[in-house]
Amino acid sequence: MTTQNVPVPAVATPGAPTRRRVRRGRWTGWGFVGPFMAVFTLVFLAPIAYSIYLSLFRKQLVGGNAFVGLDNYQRAFTDPQFWESVGRVGAFLVVQVPIMLGLALLVALAIDSGRLYGKSFFRISIFLPYAVPAVVAALMWGFMYGTRFGLVGNINEIFGISLPNPLSPDLVLISIGNIVTWSFVGYNMLIFYSSLRTIPTSLYEAAELDGANQWQVIRSIKIPAIRGGLVIATIFSIIGSFQLFNEPSILQSLAPNAITTYFTPNLYAYSLSFSGQQYNYSATIAIIMGLITMVIAYVVQLRGMRKEA
Amino acid sequence: MTTTPRRLASGIAAAGALALALTACSSGGGDAASDGPTDSGSLTVWAWDNTVEPIAEAYMEENPDVTIDVVNAGTNTDQYTALQNAVAAGSGIPDLAQIEYYAVPQFAIGESLADLSDLGASDLDGTYSPGPWTAVQQGEGIYGLPMDSGPMALFYNTTVFEKYGVEVPTTWDEYLEAARALHAADPNVYITNDTGDAGFATSMIWQAGGQPYQVDGTDVTVDFTDEGSTKFAEMWQQLLDEDLIAPTSSWSDEWYQGLGNGTLATLTIGAWMPGNLEASVQQAAGQWRVAPMPQWEEGASVSSENGGSAMSIMEAAPNKALAYDFLAYLSHGDGTAIRIDAGGFPATTADLESDEFLNKESEYFGGQKINEVLSQSAADVVEGWQYLPFQVYANSIFNDTVGQAYVGSTTLTEGFANWQQQSIAYGNEQGFTTE
Repeated sequence: MTTQNVPVPAVATPGAPTRRRVRRGRWTGWGFVGPFMAVFTLVFLAPIAYSIYLSLFRKQLVGGNAFVGLDNYQRAFTDPQFWESVGRVGAFLVVQVPIMLGLALLVALAIDSGRLYGKSFFRISIFLPYAVPAVVAALMWGFMYGTRFGLVGNINEIFGISLPNPLSPDLVLISIGNIVTWSFVGYNMLIFYSSLRTIPTSLYEAAELDGANQWQVIRSIKIPAIRGGLVIATIFSIIGSFQLFNEPSILQSLAPNAITTYFTPNLYAYSLSFSGQQYNYSATIAIIMGLITMVIAYVVQLRGMRKEA
Repeated sequence: MTTTPRRLASGIAAAGALALALTACSSGGGDAASDGPTDSGSLTVWAWDNTVEPIAEAYMEENPDVTIDVVNAGTNTDQYTALQNAVAAGSGIPDLAQIEYYAVPQFAIGESLADLSDLGASDLDGTYSPGPWTAVQQGEGIYGLPMDSGPMALFYNTTVFEKYGVEVPTTWDEYLEAARALHAADPNVYITNDTGDAGFATSMIWQAGGQPYQVDGTDVTVDFTDEGSTKFAEMWQQLLDEDLIAPTSSWSDEWYQGLGNGTLATLTIGAWMPGNLEASVQQAAGQWRVAPMPQWEEGASVSSENGGSAMSIMEAAPNKALAYDFLAYLSHGDGTAIRIDAGGFPATTADLESDEFLNKESEYFGGQKINEVLSQSAADVVEGWQYLPFQVYANSIFNDTVGQAYVGSTTLTEGFANWQQQSIAYGNEQGFTTE
């Protein structure tokens, strides 16, 4: 048996070539990262930088463009319409997200329990609404909400009752919550369900041997095991709530007085730039909303991770 | 000499800016030669009105060396957004664009539109009915030529009125009475629908003699406390308080159903409506009639305009002479006949007064000579009305303010006060002197 001779590296070569190799190595690394950095800069950093740049100016119909420093931010912090819209999506977040995730978890556990007859039928039918484009979903529900010729109108007519108008200013946020829940329960269910499928069956066998009942299995095995999925789904839902736009924007044409142009922060930013041509202020609103969303999502993530540890 | 400041202005004062706003100044509008050949060249026209295309084809047949590309860049506000972005970017600007009367001042003040006075438009006094003709003028300039007009009239479903034995109203007092009588006879029947429509409200105030907007260059006054505005607000508030107006948005599915099945008895709307009724409300063919707009004073004959569009030449168009030649053809030349045949309502006095037009019997309207009523309305339009140079924005917040009265959380008077206040705030923010 001969042992292979491994050539002795760098140490054996004299000083000069070593330096050259190090130098080349430095650039080789950049060569690999370069394409990514270029795309990253162009696609992620440039738009953010441009929005920040925009937010420092004010362009007027009369008088043109001027640098105004942080004036737009100052204005945003005292803009009652903006904070009303933030409050509205905040309330939406606090009420709708727990309901939606609770339902999704319930369905995921039910399907995972193996006691459901026609499991894959349930899974697909609950997931199906997610495949309906948000615009179509909002339109469809909008027609159902109609009190004169819609489903609500038909129910009123058949039973001779008078249901409250789902598109009235008091109820419209709940009606939107219903649409969003309908659309996204299936999506979140799928996240939870796939996490549940990764739990090794040996844990269930052990639990069975210990005489644990279903509830104990859920509480002590399933929920802790899918905490990662729960945190992810919560963060997605927070971002989704703050970005609420499609549903109110579509329903606006059916309920123009219930959904104002500043109903949600996104809708406000949209109205500002496309009806009011206040692009600079709109960019400011977008940046502030981005920061708020980031902070809240980060806090949730930190909390989620701490529990996990 | 004039090119440099103009080019600068068209860059700086461009009405909107999204992505490319900040590069607009350098790229300019390309305002170079105002006078090119009028018998050859090519034009791009942005319009959503479906009669522009056949008119362009007819024009090209007469002028084989001219090519006209008609592009539908979206309907009203969608198109304005696209147009503002193009102007701001300094590229992709069409040569001509359809712009509704209420939006003309906004584009004119942004210096995106060419002043047509020197191209021949200053000789056109009397060619058009007064409403649309005033609407295309801003200060000393003429910023478009009227394509159609929308003098208001009362469209009503005669079978509904006959069924319940209610007289067709001629004054707003009678209108209120009729609203009560119809709704009492059948709770499903409403005199009309309204969920808050800025165009309708301003036209109603216009007829009532109100002049809430006064514009002199960049000095703007907004005042919804004048007599005309108050008259409308108070009368309409009564209808809202008594739930006499269907809470159905115009152009919705429910709306068309209501117009067809007799649950919406009247519409006070522009003269462009017959074409829409014929096309979309076939169910009620033969049932609708047209009467003059109800009056504030018995025996008076006063009306206003509702909607309608002008065609404007963009300041950036390279060959304005050719653009104007086509515009003249479309607006008061042979093009008008094509539009009238397609059901459009003209703004040209010659057509409005022609026997052929006036005596046309409409089958859909049970053989009524509806143009007699509509033409008379065009002649009765109150003069002196002005729109804001930022009416597009003001209209967009109408439902945030006045619209709240329709869902009961405020009154129309308070709503108008809010609208006024927010419009003033916006005006000042945009560099106007507004009060």
